[in-house]
Amino acid sequence: MTILVIVEHDNKTILPATLNTITAAAALLEPIEALIFGNELEDVAKQASTIASITKVLSANSEEYAHNLAENIAPLIQKIASDYSHIFAPATTFGKNIMPRVAALLDMMQISDIIEVISSDTFKRPIYAGNALATVKSSDPIKLITVRSTAFDMADLNGGSASIETITASGDSGLSEFKSSELSGSERPELTSAGIIISGGRGMQDGANFAMLENIADKLGAAVGASRAAVDAGFAPNDYQVGQTGKVVAPDLYMAVGISGAIQHLAGMKDSKVIVAINKDEEAPIFQVADYGLVADLFDAVPELENKLS
Amino acid sequence: MKIMVPVKRVIDYNVKVRVKQDQSGVELNNVKMAMNPFDEIAVEQALRIKEAGDADEIILVSIGPSQSQETIRTGLAMGADRGIFIEAPHETEPLSVAKLLANIAKQENPGLIICGKQAIDDDSNQTGQMMSALLGWSQATFASAVSLSANTALVTREIDGGLETISVKMPAVITVDLRLNEPRYASLPNIMKAKKKPIDVISIDTLGVDITPRLSVLKVEEPETRKAGIKVGSVEELLTKLQDEAKVI
Repeated sequence: MTILVIVEHDNKTILPATLNTITAAAALLEPIEALIFGNELEDVAKQASTIASITKVLSANSEEYAHNLAENIAPLIQKIASDYSHIFAPATTFGKNIMPRVAALLDMMQISDIIEVISSDTFKRPIYAGNALATVKSSDPIKLITVRSTAFDMADLNGGSASIETITASGDSGLSEFKSSELSGSERPELTSAGIIISGGRGMQDGANFAMLENIADKLGAAVGASRAAVDAGFAPNDYQVGQTGKVVAPDLYMAVGISGAIQHLAGMKDSKVIVAINKDEEAPIFQVADYGLVADLFDAVPELENKLS
Repeated sequence: MKIMVPVKRVIDYNVKVRVKQDQSGVELNNVKMAMNPFDEIAVEQALRIKEAGDADEIILVSIGPSQSQETIRTGLAMGADRGIFIEAPHETEPLSVAKLLANIAKQENPGLIICGKQAIDDDSNQTGQMMSALLGWSQATFASAVSLSANTALVTREIDGGLETISVKMPAVITVDLRLNEPRYASLPNIMKAKKKPIDVISIDTLGVDITPRLSVLKVEEPETRKAGIKVGSVEELLTKLQDEAKVI
């Protein structure tokens, strides 16, 4: 048995969710190889070869992989799939886009978003937005799996010395074409890998007030998030959204400011190690999951918090 | 151009899901069911494309128990033209659903298949991508904006860290994200009209798809619940707790 892990990167660095995925794969105690694809990816391929527990890196360097188009990548993975018992990818928008296409080409049923590896064919995954957990056993000869990054620690990016093998590109499908991207380009850590997150809800009243949270975030090295209510009200951009329909996070510290705690938000953050809630409504459901609750007007409490952190 | 929209009947998103005592699944008896919210967005997008003059027929397809016809009826009341219902003897996995839908697509030849990015029951997020692969079509997942030109669709996708715009050749499968649009409510006259719209019932046996599940569900359990902690009296106390007790800052 050999396991293949699909590597996600931004051409400069390996993205953290891949490291969580490798930890999930390592639970099976079998050799792990990594597949990396892109254009001009020598540096990141080298980086992948230093990850502890990776025995070999397969690198597909070609223009048609520059933008992670599923129609180009799925045939590449399909071509090498029969060498592996398991193929793991992070359950990020990258992995979610590509893996089901691979699964259908191979006629295998994918196991999405696993949070626990129970055995080589049995895995635990959340259903109903995490309101239930299903243990599922696969009868397929190759297990195609996406991994919820917050459920696993990150593998060490040092200590490995895998060989890098170049593999032949599979060509451009001609079906789709990348046009442009608008990345938020924040200096703060990514929500899904941040150790501390401070999120605002409808109680923030205005997008401009998110600056208060950003100031605290910068002091703590934290990421800034938002509830769906705040995003829908236009206070914060879409990619800030934490919840069932946004990002699922599990930082060491999650601070919910002016967030009432709708089920849809709780589904995205309830696995955080420590939860703090600041809300003036003491009946707000967020207090039922908070380790530390402060009943206060956020417009008093947040500036005070910022001052005391200086 | 025809647009095909697969719709799934799921537990209403407002209902608190209960796990069965015997851990065999989730309680579905006497629970309010509704169209998967992402599928509603897909129906709405198809309607907008038709209203803009870029499509002439919208076909809804549902696979499931006989009550799934009510879900099709909901979409017909929103404005779709006709429905196709495939009764399934048991729960069907995304791979089987994708195969069944791909077969219907081969018969109907739509220029676009628009579907929800995931169903809110099993949260798999697979069917659209699988269908696209089986048909050899292009795919544009997690769409937050769609515009059509002669042979291509320009789709803005919600990706981690921002947005990305791609151009896909049609026919294409587009899976929709939450912010693409706000689905309309069906008006009473349209609900009445929808009762007369046709729903073809196709027997699953005629589609030549093996729907035997590849995954067996061994157990469904409740997640651990979090207990409420303590209330602190001041910002000062909060900081002290975070530093000295929780040691997270």
